[in-house]
Amino acid sequence: MWAYLERLWHRLGSPRHFYDLAGWWLPWLAVSSLLLLGVGITWGLLFAPPDYQQGHSFRIIYIHVPAASLALTGYFAMAVAGVVVLVWRMKMAEVVLQSIAVPGAVMCALALFTGALWGKPTWGTYWFWDARITSMLILLFLYLGVMALGSAIASPVLAARATAVLAIVGAVNIPIIKYSVEWWNTLHQPATFKLTEKPAMAPEMYWPLLVCALGFYLFFAFVVVLRVRNAVLEREAGARWVRELAGEGR
Amino acid sequence: MSAFAALFRRDLALAWRARGDLVNPLGFFVIVVSLFPLGMSPDPALLARIGPGLVWVAALLAVLLSLENLFRSDRDDGALEQLLVSSAPLPLLALARVLAHVITVGVPLVLVSPLLALMLNIDGEPFGVLLSSLALGVPVLCMVGAIGAALTTGIARGGVLVALIVLPLYIPVLVFGAGAAYAAGLGLPFAGQLAILGALLALSVALAPFAIAGALRISGSQ
Repeated sequence: MWAYLERLWHRLGSPRHFYDLAGWWLPWLAVSSLLLLGVGITWGLLFAPPDYQQGHSFRIIYIHVPAASLALTGYFAMAVAGVVVLVWRMKMAEVVLQSIAVPGAVMCALALFTGALWGKPTWGTYWFWDARITSMLILLFLYLGVMALGSAIASPVLAARATAVLAIVGAVNIPIIKYSVEWWNTLHQPATFKLTEKPAMAPEMYWPLLVCALGFYLFFAFVVVLRVRNAVLEREAGARWVRELAGEGR
Repeated sequence: MSAFAALFRRDLALAWRARGDLVNPLGFFVIVVSLFPLGMSPDPALLARIGPGLVWVAALLAVLLSLENLFRSDRDDGALEQLLVSSAPLPLLALARVLAHVITVGVPLVLVSPLLALMLNIDGEPFGVLLSSLALGVPVLCMVGAIGAALTTGIARGGVLVALIVLPLYIPVLVFGAGAAYAAGLGLPFAGQLAILGALLALSVALAPFAIAGALRISGSQ
């Protein structure tokens, strides 16, 4: 078992094998995320009962919460990939690090946008300088910084290492973002659901949220794998296996 | 340790020989703060309320502008390579460099801030709290900013990029620093914010040199 995992790890470290393996994953990821998102969003938007205080406007939770959670997870994943880049100099981690930045930033922007839409009917304002909203905005800025730094350095290897340092430094901010609710305790409600505690929401609202969140995560993984494969082809454009793949020299 | 002292002394000597340049961030600091009463309202009550935040934002921007040359001239004349190949640990050298920067840029900013606080009608307890929060916070700004400066040293037009990278990281410092003085102005307890600033200072002094060293190695190989 251990030896198998180790072999898999080494295979994942090689661009060529990663490209082949990831090609296998893609249809599975695509189908399962589409299925879960379809079920979760239909369930949440059409069948879950309306909230007794917020009415139907609470339904934005089925987009907002998964997006916000992914924005945080995506940044954390970038920092982990950054550690792998700096410690083991793994080529694939460099590609993964840079492929997460754009989808992560999009999720962050989506969370802010849906939050603003929800805030208008609920709080009476699109934007409020509450600690949690503000830290989400900071997270978006952090993503923008990573993207800008990555595109400013010409050499892909050095760009990846520089963004790795920045992602790790930025990850120091993630706990502040996550726990800011407890620290500053302002207008925003506390975190919606935790794995360790029994949810305060009604189960018929909670289950579709879980399905949606899973669907979002699989969709995110699908997009990242797609981007990684693309970046691998671009980086290894001179390699023989890529040229063979493109049908050259046949 | 002798390499640390040598680099520290060299940086101080270099700063002293070009001491005209040391005035620039101070001038920037004072001018930016004096723009706000002109742009908004000279009402003393309003200025006293928002003053700590203004001073903090201006100090933050002044530190940001001073970062541009932290490693760039060393990279251009090859001194950076000498630091990279030296047998002394690079994080220690980075710490020496930032420490010299704190003394030549950070300390003067803190020393000028009482003047600005007076001009903004901040007095009594908030005055002292603002000064202590700046004294604790400006070194953090220098330590964290040095990471951004080190990352962008090899990039031709890194100025805007440094701002984009560093400003989000500055926000917690700004929140606690300006928050302490603001809370003091409302008669609320402020010791917590100052304690967190102290913790951030300890954290940044302990960890940032490693990030700066890592970033310098990357920039050095460009």
